[in-house]
Amino acid sequence: MFNTDLDALIPMLCVTLTALATMGTEAFRGRSERLPIGWWGLIGLGGAALSSALLWNRNVVGYGVIVADNFGLFVTVVLVAIGALTIVFSSQVVHRDGIPAGEYYALVLFAIVGMIMMATATDLLVIFVALEILSLAVYVLTGVRRDSPKGSEAAFKYFLLGAFSSAFFLYGIAFTYGVAGSTRLEAIGSFLSAQALSNNPMILLALGLLLVGFAFKISAVPFHMWTPDAYEGAPAIVTGFMSTGVKVAAFAAFTRVFLSTFEPFSTQWAPLVAWLAAATMILGTVVGVAQSNLKRMLAYSSIAHGGYLLVGLVAANSVGKAAILFYLLAYSVTNLAAFGVIALLGARDRDNDELRDYAGLWHTRPALAALMTVCLLSLGGLPPTAGFIGKWYIFSAAVSAGYYWLAIIGVLTSVVSVFFYLRVVVMMYMADREAGLPAPAAIPGVGMAALMVAIIAIVYLGVLPTRVLDFAAESIATIF
Amino acid sequence: MTPLLTLSWLVPLVGALLLLLIPNRDGSRNATVRWLALLISVAAFALSLVIWWYFDPGSAEFQFVERVPWIPAFGIDYYVGIDGISLLLVVLTTFLTPIALLSSWEGVEHKVKEFCVFILALEAAMIGVFLSLDLFLFYVFWDAMLIPMYFLIGIWGYDQRIYAAIKFMLYTMAGSVLMLIAILGLAYLHSEATGSYSFDLLKLYTLQMAPETQRWFFLAFTIAFAIKVPLFPFHTWLPDAHVQAPTAGSVILAGVLLKMGTYGLVRFAFPLFPTAAAEFAPWIGALAVIGIIYGALVAMVQPDMKKLVAYSSVSHLGFVVLGICAMNVQGLQGAVYQMLAHGVSTGGLFLIVGMLSDRRHTRLIAEFGGLKSVMPRLTAAFLIITLASIGMPGLNGFVGEFLIMLGAFRWDPRYVVGAGLGVILSAVYMLWMFQRVYYGEVTHEENKTLPDLRPREWAAAIPLCAMAIVMGVFPMLFLKPMEPAARKIVEQVGYTQPVRVENGDPHRTSDKREVVLNVQH
Repeated sequence: MFNTDLDALIPMLCVTLTALATMGTEAFRGRSERLPIGWWGLIGLGGAALSSALLWNRNVVGYGVIVADNFGLFVTVVLVAIGALTIVFSSQVVHRDGIPAGEYYALVLFAIVGMIMMATATDLLVIFVALEILSLAVYVLTGVRRDSPKGSEAAFKYFLLGAFSSAFFLYGIAFTYGVAGSTRLEAIGSFLSAQALSNNPMILLALGLLLVGFAFKISAVPFHMWTPDAYEGAPAIVTGFMSTGVKVAAFAAFTRVFLSTFEPFSTQWAPLVAWLAAATMILGTVVGVAQSNLKRMLAYSSIAHGGYLLVGLVAANSVGKAAILFYLLAYSVTNLAAFGVIALLGARDRDNDELRDYAGLWHTRPALAALMTVCLLSLGGLPPTAGFIGKWYIFSAAVSAGYYWLAIIGVLTSVVSVFFYLRVVVMMYMADREAGLPAPAAIPGVGMAALMVAIIAIVYLGVLPTRVLDFAAESIATIF
Repeated sequence: MTPLLTLSWLVPLVGALLLLLIPNRDGSRNATVRWLALLISVAAFALSLVIWWYFDPGSAEFQFVERVPWIPAFGIDYYVGIDGISLLLVVLTTFLTPIALLSSWEGVEHKVKEFCVFILALEAAMIGVFLSLDLFLFYVFWDAMLIPMYFLIGIWGYDQRIYAAIKFMLYTMAGSVLMLIAILGLAYLHSEATGSYSFDLLKLYTLQMAPETQRWFFLAFTIAFAIKVPLFPFHTWLPDAHVQAPTAGSVILAGVLLKMGTYGLVRFAFPLFPTAAAEFAPWIGALAVIGIIYGALVAMVQPDMKKLVAYSSVSHLGFVVLGICAMNVQGLQGAVYQMLAHGVSTGGLFLIVGMLSDRRHTRLIAEFGGLKSVMPRLTAAFLIITLASIGMPGLNGFVGEFLIMLGAFRWDPRYVVGAGLGVILSAVYMLWMFQRVYYGEVTHEENKTLPDLRPREWAAAIPLCAMAIVMGVFPMLFLKPMEPAARKIVEQVGYTQPVRVENGDPHRTSDKREVVLNVQH
């Protein structure tokens, strides 16, 4: 291609262009005209996936701050999958819930641009910009149902706390710049490894502040306070989108910054992250047990899954790094599919996301109940699903790094989590529907098809994970 | 060569998936589905007999081995093979599954298709557990099996089914995830020692480990298996699960699932960690004896027949664990034999209790009485199974218990005292129950008109009664194929077992075991 700098940006540009097109169309469409705006995003996402495939193994650097290495591209593909599933599910619910389609799809696409940028950026400032792009889009998406007080409250809380954490992150960048004299990850890395700085308070402070910033975005305990409210208040499909997309992007940047740039300081941050991981896994599952709202329950479960991912980060060996990537993929597909089911079952006047709304689902919608069960079993980490392989991979990384205690906490919390996932299954299969509850809606074919694709992916990753594991290992090899 | 072992678990699984395709929303094709499921399970049984036919009973090696790389980056293979012990357990599984399906022929009326699918999926996973020679594969089957069992208890069980299903699932999982850590640890130690990960059981057998590591790993494995067995004091899930499960679930649960725990001890926990096993065996043996007596005593006072049989399982499985702890050829063969015998006789007990429960919708002993005059054929079948369960000579229970006691006696006679007491108690609670249910006057009016065995009940009861007699009269049929394998495991555990003299305190039981081994060679 003509300009290698630009090459690295192509995946992002594809998505940006369709996002702009979506916005433009929305502005100029006739008042009563209904356009299939949502589907346009798929074109951009397809372009991003295709260009990622073409860029594989080329390690192109764009303007010194964006790098299309295999790591970034793997994450890009995961993000594309998240985006595509989100858009397909959304197409079923946006109109039903009276969400303004143009804004909605444009925001989703812009959020994905920010996510891809975050995963491929190699400059702290660019990471910050990406973080803001995706955060702002997601704040708005959280409150996209303007008539819902819960949604507005969620968006407001998320926005305030998010802004707060952005400040932490920015301070972290400032201190890092103060010590290392650069915001480029590579320059910081070589500076840090050249100097014996391990007791420099400034750099430790910078490290701590960056850690807080990331911990907020991945909702690690004790920076998770916003998560349950934001997840419950947002429309189900948006919750699915942000519980996967934001987490994937943040983890990609987290991994890149902490495992390459701040690698020399791992003795300082590893114990801290290990405790974060333990607290996150424990709190996420234990509090999850007490929830009766499915969205809130899955919010806590996604907190716990963040904890498992942190275990992979702590293990910090080659197994752990690849495990993070695999787990991100497995978790994203599974979680998004689960939220897809919730979204599809909702109605305009009623979210239908309380546990009792699922009672007897098996009798009325057996296929949907079965699909949901696969998702829940995968989230619980039972074979033969993607979640099982993901957990297996994460815990084997922890064991081989000597973190037996983290692995033990991890497996025990997964058992607790199985308890609350099973509560949903119990509801669907073993409980009778309360009188007076509306019958679950019929699921449109497109939504069902998307769910089927996700389920096939979950089982495929659970039974024949080799190919994807190899890809993950290969892509992680490029940056470390 | 035909991949017979792969077929043996694929047949029920593929069968289950095919059944799923039959549209049966309104239940109009229930009969078709039942017959098809029965056909599939009989085919699986026939297949396992074919495997037995071609099995070389003289060899201790794993046979019909199939090995395909699965996740090469971690040294995970699809690796299956059987020796005499696993062969017999596979046959037990495929033998009991058609009977389980028959037992619920009328008891299960709603969602028949799903019921059959779950039973067949369960069968596939259970067979897989017994075939696996790769720890990863083993764990996958081990955990996957929980899912259908959970649904079977939770959907088709009795009143407290949801509680029982969740308890069953969580108990078993809590144990098995710790085993998962130990499995990962083993693979990691292998990579430390040789440079590559491996979950190959035969390679891991030869892995050298520090005693401390062995101890932790052994405990992780053993607790997982002890919960499954269940060994006292990990047994509290069992009465709930057994009582609440539908008849077919109880038959499979008691018949096969519990054996996976003891099988795990024989195949994994003891041979992988011989030093730790030698160290803990006296304690596990003591728990087994406590379980034998405790289970029997609690069984005695149960008002509910199903609960009585459930607690009797705790007692009988105690014998199996005792035989394994003795770790000599007699004890181990007895243990495996007792696993098979218990599968047949307890499967039979649950089957017939299920028939009574189908007729009266109660399982309370006090609700029955004098049934002998009303249903003589059912009474006869129940008597055979009861006597088999007690361990009367000439029936299957005797051989296993006798061998176990013989083995345990050579290990440490003190255990046999307790176990012997258990044998007497088992006669007490079983015969007492039999007497209250079948003898005397018919005290409840509604019992006078109960129908005797129906044809499909005949079909389920006859194989079990016949098997109880065959196993009692021709024990060599089953002892012979398992002998080389048992001998090999004993050698494996025994040889590497140090006499505990290094800390100046030669342990009595270990010395004894050395003597036994010397006699054998």
